[in-house]
Amino acid sequence: MSKINKLISANCGVIRPDSVEDYVKAGGYEGLKKAFTMKPEEIIGEVKKAKLLGRGGAAYPAGSKWEQLLEIPEFPKYIVINADEGEPGTFKDKILLSQDPLRVIEGMTIAGYVFNSHDGYIYIRGEYRAIQKVFRSAIDNAVKAGYLGQNILGTGFAFHIHIMTGAGAYVCGENSALLNSIEGKAGRPRIKPPHLAEVGLFLMPTLVNNVESIANIPTIVLEGGEKYLSYGTKDSGGTKLVCLSGNVVNRGVYEIPFGVSLRDIIYDPELGGGIPNGKKLKFFHLGGQSGPIGSQAQLDTLYCYKALRNAGLSVGSGAVVVMDEDVCVIDYLKGVTEFFIHESCGKCTPCREGNKQIYAILCKLSEGQATQDDMAVLRRLIDTMTNASFCGLGQSATVALNTCWKLFKAEFEDHLNQKCPAQVCFTEQGRGE
Amino acid sequence: MEIIRRYEQVLAIINKYGKAKEQLLSILLDIQATSGQNYVAEEWAEIVARELDLPITKVHDVLTFYAMFNIEPKGKYVIEICKSTPCHVTKADAVVAMFEEVLGIKLGETTPDKLFTLMHTNCVGACDIGPVAKIGDQVYGNLTAAKVAEIVTSYREVSSCQK
Repeated sequence: MSKINKLISANCGVIRPDSVEDYVKAGGYEGLKKAFTMKPEEIIGEVKKAKLLGRGGAAYPAGSKWEQLLEIPEFPKYIVINADEGEPGTFKDKILLSQDPLRVIEGMTIAGYVFNSHDGYIYIRGEYRAIQKVFRSAIDNAVKAGYLGQNILGTGFAFHIHIMTGAGAYVCGENSALLNSIEGKAGRPRIKPPHLAEVGLFLMPTLVNNVESIANIPTIVLEGGEKYLSYGTKDSGGTKLVCLSGNVVNRGVYEIPFGVSLRDIIYDPELGGGIPNGKKLKFFHLGGQSGPIGSQAQLDTLYCYKALRNAGLSVGSGAVVVMDEDVCVIDYLKGVTEFFIHESCGKCTPCREGNKQIYAILCKLSEGQATQDDMAVLRRLIDTMTNASFCGLGQSATVALNTCWKLFKAEFEDHLNQKCPAQVCFTEQGRGE
Repeated sequence: MEIIRRYEQVLAIINKYGKAKEQLLSILLDIQATSGQNYVAEEWAEIVARELDLPITKVHDVLTFYAMFNIEPKGKYVIEICKSTPCHVTKADAVVAMFEEVLGIKLGETTPDKLFTLMHTNCVGACDIGPVAKIGDQVYGNLTAAKVAEIVTSYREVSSCQK
């Protein structure tokens, strides 16, 4: 039986992305039409039944988020979609934005209807400038066809979508930083509380959802929450777009129901197809740079929120980066840490300085200069950053290091003794920085 | 005359976005893209501040916060090689070396004819075709030495046609 279930990606690569005609022919906008016959509370009820967890990475229950916003009496309310897909190894939102933007637009419009909001903002990362044009064209066509703008489908409801651009800052994926960026400011995270549902964009109540989360809304409304839940597992409703990259044969985006094993994701011929060039799997990195690292022994874990969490892993953004036996753990972690040095906004000390200190110790390890004392400092840095960083970026920047520490203790020891099992360090081919 | 033409171009960009403060990023990106040298010069940052009624420090804050902005002139084409881990494990370092050889410059440098600047970047969301390089809005993937040479040649040709 196929392990792919295209609930939200069936149109991708099949229809003209910005064509309302194609989208409607493929069953599009049925969700919105049904939504108009329902009460906002009923729609939220279906989202709750669906057990849709935030697909951007935080896995916050979407239904609860919606419920909280509905209860807030202030207006106007804003719908904001986080399309700042900057997480390395993640390129799923790109597929939806560029190949089926109208599904995202339909989801946003339903959210607008639920909260009686008239303005939606989609924040698309600056690296996707070309995709912003496709999205713009889809918006224009939806307005022309009466599915967006004033008096949508004759209901009297008005909803407008504005595209905002990022300019290269990973931290803007953090929702409060993202709102600052939409306001035209530097994207530094805000102090919470107040929560964004109460004080969000332009200080008004705001819903911030990920692209993939909102793309699921039309399906949930149309098929009902229970049906949607049944596609996945008991606790993880529906499907997930997973992004396979690194040392794996079939790199790309695949929509799988929750409950498929990691082994199938990496090795099934229909999915990852295994490791190229007859190499062995060494480890895999889930959910983005701030996600945990897993090894061979965890391959039979099922891909769903609960099973992964029990195994010390996580779904995160849906990234599955696969590394073969030629990759050195220390060299890999250097890459991860360099990323966080660059992307730390610098607002808080643990994150700004901690990443630099970790990098310095990793460099010492890869040069054979590190001592046991350095290892003790490394431990302390991990604890300090996890507990004392201002936002999620710094708090989770050490997750990969921490999980590697547990899985590959021997490889850290080897480097202390100037040995690199993958033969990346202490050689000419070592990463010359 | 050139400076007046540019001044009008910058004003047109600002007006296109309705002089809205929240459009600061879009305005600056467009100014950079039309600069020919991929940067936002101080004089244009000042014009933006004046037109949007923002303190110049706010404009500087944005220009220096976001990685896509340059405040020093770059080459006409900025070649950005992704160094994030999915590209790293598919040998992005080798791609840097290939570009360095074809262009005759090191990472971070600009060619003497001011045509190319070679830089690193973080994930551009094209991990399925790593190792990748981004030039403007265009992403090139599955790079090999032959493809790298071909890409550089194609940009040189486009540029010589424009002269």
